[in-house]
Amino acid sequence: MTDVTQFEPTGPGPDEAIDTQHAVHTFIADTLQANPVVLFMKGEPEQPRCGFSALTVQILDHLGVPFVGVDVLQNDDLRQGIKAFSDWPTIPQLYVNGEFVGGCDIVKEMFQAGELKTLFKQQGLIEA
Amino acid sequence: MGAVAEAIRRKLEIALNPQRLEIVDDSDKHHGHSGHREGGESHFTVSVVSEAFAGLNRVQRQRRINEVLAEELSGPVHALSLKASAPGE
Repeated sequence: MTDVTQFEPTGPGPDEAIDTQHAVHTFIADTLQANPVVLFMKGEPEQPRCGFSALTVQILDHLGVPFVGVDVLQNDDLRQGIKAFSDWPTIPQLYVNGEFVGGCDIVKEMFQAGELKTLFKQQGLIEA
Repeated sequence: MGAVAEAIRRKLEIALNPQRLEIVDDSDKHHGHSGHREGGESHFTVSVVSEAFAGLNRVQRQRRINEVLAEELSGPVHALSLKASAPGE
């Protein structure tokens, strides 16, 4: 149960760089508002293009939580934009109900400690 | 130890005064993957035990390390696997 969200860059305006930053920020904020679980990743959930993204997808699939995957490789502005948005320098990045949860290491540690499952249950995202 | 690993060690020692610090260069495991470079020093696993992490959650701990290693993470280091603990954890 995964979905992929595409970022559609808007056309250049009077100040292209600021317009692009704004468009990326809006896209990220809208995506987080519309979807309870969002994974910003390299590649798509069905075909990750990085081992760390692949592992994170496996964990989410294993827990059976529906999530939206956003491929940051589709657009370099998006790839840089998500790093600035989260103040986090690496991909993948997991968000749950708009809150930044962490990257691959943190997701893996939380999964191993049972905390990730607890979080998804508490948020009503998987069966209790 | 290579120059990047040495820089990581030095910066973490100064910033976090760790009780334990282990830096492993995993670059060879990523041959042919994106971000891999000849000569290695692109992928690292770092384990740090430091009092500085006491009372911080996982995200706060990693943010602390990301700050300390910002230069490396925006440059030669493609991937950093991190295990950050406080003493006794």
